[in-house]
Amino acid sequence: MSDPKAVAEYATRLGDDSLILGHRLSEWVSRAPFLEEDLALTNVALDFIGRARMFYQYAAELAGDGTTEDTLAYTRDIREFTNLLICELPRGDFAFSVVRHFLYDAFQLPFLQALKHSSDERLAAIAAKAEKESRYHLRRGSEWVRRLGDGTEESRARTQQAVNDLWGYTHEMFELDALDQRLVDAGIAVDIVALRPVWEDTVKTVLTDATLTVPENTWGVRGGRTGYHTDSFGFLLAELQFMQRAYPGLTW
Amino acid sequence: MKDHLQLYEVFIRSRRGLDHKHVGSLHADDAEQALEYARDVYTRRGEGVSIWVVASRDITASQESDCESFYDPLDDKPYRHASMYELPVGVDTL
Repeated sequence: MSDPKAVAEYATRLGDDSLILGHRLSEWVSRAPFLEEDLALTNVALDFIGRARMFYQYAAELAGDGTTEDTLAYTRDIREFTNLLICELPRGDFAFSVVRHFLYDAFQLPFLQALKHSSDERLAAIAAKAEKESRYHLRRGSEWVRRLGDGTEESRARTQQAVNDLWGYTHEMFELDALDQRLVDAGIAVDIVALRPVWEDTVKTVLTDATLTVPENTWGVRGGRTGYHTDSFGFLLAELQFMQRAYPGLTW
Repeated sequence: MKDHLQLYEVFIRSRRGLDHKHVGSLHADDAEQALEYARDVYTRRGEGVSIWVVASRDITASQESDCESFYDPLDDKPYRHASMYELPVGVDTL
């Protein structure tokens, strides 16, 4: 199948997920609970920003109209970003960031393992590289959820609260839209619906280990893939894009 | 939280065939976490292929005050020292 426009759009949304989550993680730099965790979080943030670059570079090449990884990251406005909402929520307390990260990584690892078999060689190569990082991220995230959930009364309460507050944002990860469906049919995109049982299995195992309650599916928020974002997103972009907005074309 | 963290010593083998070398220490809640932090703190630039972490409290160390009884008696047994041998040409250190 040759539909570079569709593949570019797909690569861009995957890049958006990585960039925005990477940015939220980077907000912890110098604010993590202690030095070792600060460095670890920074590493993970860099993994995501690096991943965003690979997806954006590919999307820019496919677009072939002068678009670059930088214009994708720094000059698009709110409605043009198509990241999942779970990636953009404000970082909250440490438990919230840990749980968000865990819920996303539990999805991201099987996603990348499936994307490795994409008929699009470039996407498959990016997935193969990112998969190793994600395996580590998930290991780290699971450890932290267990540690906090099965920790003190306060850490347990905060972690359960985070799980409850994030739960409604997880459904969007497994919903195919028209673009996904077209690319799934072409063997390029991942059939995310099929990943849900794997995700549920991982999440339930870890939350149960952590003595936490798995919430019921009673509510859901979606919209990121169509460019509808949460209140905080504009502020995130304002910070992320400030330099290029104030000094267009700035290099250093 | 800091109160609960323990100190761990980190040892890294930089290449297969070499020894693990002490590279520093870090704080962690348990050994598993220490291993992960060691990866993040000490192997960011491809420094290693294997990591050991050891709780610092499990290391028994000789004391400065032991020096006299530990090492001085060797000074008058020069026949134990390899320094009596003449180094072959081309060998700079032994």
